[in-house]
This record gives sequence, C-alpha cells and structure tokens, in this order.
Amino acid sequence: MLEIKNLHASVSGKKILKGINLSVNAGEIHAIMGPNGAGKSTLASVLAGNPKFDITEGEVIFEGKNLLEASVEDRARAGLFLGFQYPVEIPGVSMANFMKLAVAERRKYQGLDPLTSSEFLKLMRDKSKVVELGGKLMGRAVNEGFSGGEKKRNEIFQMAMLDPKLAILDETDSGLDIDALRVVATGVTKLHRDDNATIVITHYQRLLDYIVPDFVHVLYNGQIIYTGTKELALKLEAEGYDWLINKTE
Amino acid sequence: MEESNKVLEDIAGQEYKYGFVTDIETEMIPKGLDEDVVRLISSKKDEPEWMTEYRLKAFRHWQTLAMPNWAQLNIPEIDYQEIIYYAAPRTTPKYKSMDEVDPELIETFEKLGVPIEEQMALAGVAIDAVMDSVSVATTFKASLAEKGIIFCSISEAMREYPDMVRKYMGSVVPHTDNFFAALNAAVFSDGSFCYIPKGVRCPMELSTYFRINASGTGQFERTLIVADEGSYVSYLEGCTAPQRDENQLHAAVVEIIIMKDAEVKYSTVQNWYPGDKNGKGGIFNFVTKRGICKGANSRLSWTQVETGSAVTWKYPSCILAGESSVAEFYSVALTNNYQQADTGTKMIHLGKNSRSRIISKGISAGKSQNTYRGLVKVGKRADGARNHSQCDSLLVGDKCGAHTFPYMDIQNPNAVVEHEATISKISEDQLNYCNQRGIKTEDAVGLIVGGYAKEVLNKLPMEFAIEAQKLLAISLEGSIG
Repeated sequence: MLEIKNLHASVSGKKILKGINLSVNAGEIHAIMGPNGAGKSTLASVLAGNPKFDITEGEVIFEGKNLLEASVEDRARAGLFLGFQYPVEIPGVSMANFMKLAVAERRKYQGLDPLTSSEFLKLMRDKSKVVELGGKLMGRAVNEGFSGGEKKRNEIFQMAMLDPKLAILDETDSGLDIDALRVVATGVTKLHRDDNATIVITHYQRLLDYIVPDFVHVLYNGQIIYTGTKELALKLEAEGYDWLINKTE
Repeated sequence: MEESNKVLEDIAGQEYKYGFVTDIETEMIPKGLDEDVVRLISSKKDEPEWMTEYRLKAFRHWQTLAMPNWAQLNIPEIDYQEIIYYAAPRTTPKYKSMDEVDPELIETFEKLGVPIEEQMALAGVAIDAVMDSVSVATTFKASLAEKGIIFCSISEAMREYPDMVRKYMGSVVPHTDNFFAALNAAVFSDGSFCYIPKGVRCPMELSTYFRINASGTGQFERTLIVADEGSYVSYLEGCTAPQRDENQLHAAVVEIIIMKDAEVKYSTVQNWYPGDKNGKGGIFNFVTKRGICKGANSRLSWTQVETGSAVTWKYPSCILAGESSVAEFYSVALTNNYQQADTGTKMIHLGKNSRSRIISKGISAGKSQNTYRGLVKVGKRADGARNHSQCDSLLVGDKCGAHTFPYMDIQNPNAVVEHEATISKISEDQLNYCNQRGIKTEDAVGLIVGGYAKEVLNKLPMEFAIEAQKLLAISLEGSIG
C-alpha cells in the first residue's frame, strides 16, 4: 500500500529526514517511536504533503501512484489521512459543514454520489459513536473551544468519517488522560480492517496496549534504525533509546 | 508559504462574474450638470413644481460643496460634467404584467440568477425592479395594497402620494447633509417608496434589484421607507452591474422613518462591478443611508454584505430618538484586488434607554484596502443608553490592508459603550488542515470566510443568506490557488 524509499526531507535548509525506508501493507499497523526531534512528525507531515517541507531525495509510492507528485488534497481524497498532533481551530465553520465538504470530496474521488443531507447526518451520528463524541459536536465549530482530549477524539472521528486507506496518527495519545486514551485507542482499533492500514506515531508504549502493532520502528536522527515487534515497545519503555542509539553509532 | 500566497493571489485575481451588457435601447440626455439638466430631469418625470424646486435648491447647495476627502480612500478626480445624469429605458410606460416586459430585460435578470417570475412564485418576493433609472416592473402590488401597504417607485409616489413624499423626503437625510446627498437630491432618477400602515406586518420581504446598465450613466437612487406605528417590514436590496471600462458613479440615498413600536429590517447585498484585477474600471459607490427610530420602542436593523464596487463610501446610520429604541448594524465588507471600502455606521443615541449593536466583519484580499469607520454618539438626555460594537478584520494574503476608526462621543455619564476589535489572518495551518481533509484551498477559503461572516449572514433572510455566502466565495475565487 505504501512504499517509502530513501526519503530525504528538509525544512528551511535543515535536513530532518535522511533516508527513510518503510513498507506498509494492507491490514497492518505500524508504530513509529523515537526520541524528540528524531523526525517522526516531519515524516507524517511530508507524507501528507505539508508544503513547509522540501523533499530532497527519494520516492513514495501510495496505492501504486507517486505520492509526492500529488497535491495535499488529492492525497487525502485518495485515502491518506493524517491525525494531527495539534489540530487547528477554524472559528465559525461548523463540523457538519466541514465534514460535509470533506466527505463529498472523498466520495467524488471514489466515484460515489454525494450523500443526501439525511444520509450525511446519519453518518455523522454513527461515526461520532466511535469515539463517544455524541451529537453536540455537529453544531460546534471545527476544534474551536475543544479540550485537548476532544480535539484528539475529533481527529479519530474525522478518520471514521473519511474511511481512509492509510491513517497516520501523529501523537494522537499526547495530552490524553487514561480514559480519553482508551476511547481514542479503542476507536482506532474499531476502524482497523484487512483492507486498510495505520501508522501510529507515539512516545509511549501505553497506547500500544490498545492498538497492537504488527511492527515497531525506531526513528532516530532522520532514519529508521531498528524495527521489531510489539515487544520492542515494552523494552523501549523500560530501557529508553540509548541502548539502540549506542548500538548504531 | 510561497505557494499559499500564490493561491491567495489567484483567488484575489478572480474576474467579476456578472460582466455583460444588456442591449436595451436607452433614452439619454447629454452629459454634464447645470440647472437646465436638473429641470430637464424633473420635467421628464412629470414632477410637481415643489419637487423641481427641491432639486434646484439641492443643486445650488451642492455647487457650494467640495467632495469629502476624509475617508481612507484613494479616489481619482471625478469630473461631474462628464457624467450623464439621466437615462431611461425607451419603453417608459409601466407594464401591467410580466408578459409585457422586454424579454431581454427578463433575460438579464435570469443571467443574474434572479428570474423575476421565479422570485414571484417561489420566494413570495415583491420586486420593484430598477433597470437603470426608471422602475420597469412592480409586482405583487395588489396583494400589498389589500393591506394598505404602498410599494412603488418614488416617481409614482410623487404623483399618487405627494403629501407623504413631501413630508418625509429629506427629513432624515436633508439635501444639505453631505456632498453626495446634495447631488442625489438634485438629480435622483428614481427609486422606491414604501409605506407600511399602522399595525400592519408586511407579509412578504420587499425586494428591489438595482442594476446599472447604460454606459457612462450615473445611478442616483432614492429610497424612502415609512413604517407607521406598530408595523413591520423586511426590505431587501441587492444589485449586480455589467462589466464596464470607465468608472461609474453611484450616489444613492436611503431614508427610513420608524414610528412607535414599529420595526424595519433593511438588508443589502451589494455586488456592483468592482473593476478588473488590475484595478481598472468599477463602480464608485457613495451611499448615504440613514434611519430614524422616531417613536418609543422602534427598531431598525441594517444588514449589509458588501462585495462589489471599486470604491465604497457608505455608513448606514440610525438616529435613536425614541425612548427604548433599538438599532443594529451587521456588516460584512469584502474587498479584493484593488477595491477600496470605507464603511461603517453611525449610532446617534438621543432617546433614553436606547440600545445599539454594531457587528462589522471586514475581509481584505488581494491588494485591497478595507476600512471600518463608525461613530457612537450619546446625547446629554440619553440616560441609560447602551452600545456594543465589535469590529473584526480578516486578512487574506499579505498585500492587503485593514483599518478601523471607531469614534465615540459620549455626553451622558450613564451611558455604557463597549468596543471590541480583532484582526486575524487565514493561517497556513488552517489551509493545510482543510487540504488534508481533501478540501482544496479555494473551497477552504470560502469555508473559513463563510464561518467568519456567519454571525452577519445569519441575519439575512434565508434566500439572501445563501446568495450572499455564494457571493463571498465567488468574490474570493482566485485569491488563493
């Protein structure tokens, strides 16, 4: 589904990603861990197409197509979803309006007719249950006045609405209390199927108690230095990254 | 960053979507302005002697005035002798039914998306359609007449209801008020008159579509609305104009008189030709709009969505004379390319416990300049007067300007006057967030601007709100790409 080959990226001249190689297949969950500043969020932003970053080398194939040539919105329409670490507020724009447009674009790409208003509202209701958000969300403006936990739940809600092929969740667990973490993580698990894939970027092993990854990658200094299974996360939690970093250096 | 700026520039570079000229034969008088022209206009309209005298008085006063230059506007010198002051469609007699109306005129309205018959049938809107300077079609008159409501052209009102016109015209905006009001009083071509009798609630929205059509013709509309005790009316005014190369002058006057316990809602969607993306052409729009809340508990609400004109100079105002009278001003002013807007309101509190509310949302894109200018005045006797003003500015791109000039003149120590202002930008992060959900930047800007303006758009009647929302998005297309 996703093939990243020797990906290099920089922001205002500073090299962040220095040769990422990663392959993700349908049905898989990948966790990317690593110390602060390793380039985890940059990887997520680059895959989503954030124009702030310059791609200096490498290629990314998503669903058989060159991802890096596509616009941000086309990547999204093709089924790439980014759960933002810091979801932005859009005052005055209701979640319902926002999602209506987003869902319509995704469906258009899939060759589907737009939903009628009542179908759409039903979809909103159904999907808001995934993260226990309830109906009050629809009338509220996008992320405006949302608590940290609500913002993260809202990201997963949007993921549920858009039904992506590949979801990249950038520190979706940061700033969540235990209950919210459970809700968010359970939501992600519910959405997981054989025909989609998830990349979870996280600092903490505890998220992976709920979202059980097939692979755990350690990103350090712009490269994936180690790949293991879910047990690796436990070891990292207990021992930190130093032993790995020392091994590679 | 750069890319997004380019997008902003592209949206800002959007061409005016309503540029076409209707080929209807027009009767014009020679350009230029002197007493003979004023007399000629008056005689063409078969006006009574007192009206001719009123015009001449205004003209003589106008000659003593200079064009105001205090606004935050850069206006090329206007040669008032180069303007044609009267143009009437050749077919001057009024039509009894739509069948008699020039099909081309109907087509024009259809191009604008406001087919008259559909408006009539679906929206239940009575339209006093002003094509250039003479009213061509007035509809629904009969059903309004049943309730005693008068809704007709000002010329007709002068003939049919001379006492009322004579009593109220110039009573809120006297010909001495300002340069453009004086000019309008001298040469006004036509406009609408509306009277709602005591205790009557007007059963439908009253709507006028204005349209400048003849090349090089000034448009000087005059609207007079009188709401008698305990009555209610919602009045809509919307306009688009065909594309033109030379600048066109528009100086309208609107006067509203509201008696005890009566309420008037006046909504405007203004989409005059704004000029092309290099700032060539476009309408110069100098408007004087003022209402007086005469009686106790009277209410006036101005709602305006301003997206058009090369230059906008407009301050819909209210004199709150009645005790416990209420006035509101809700405004969205959008400028793009090289447009300039200096707009706002004046709330003049004279009555005890009078209240006013101002919500102004400015949106600047391209290389445009957008100014809010507002006055809140509380007179000595206006005990317990209250005002709340909120002025927000939204910048799209980094080559435009937003300015706010709030004036306050408070002469009563018991008054409560509050002013809030914010300025914001559509951020890269917001656009990226929308993009990541599959929404292209142009749509994202429309969405964000719509959300920003929602508080004001919600005050418009339903059909108008949708039209206005579309207009905002269209006006911004190409300012981001």
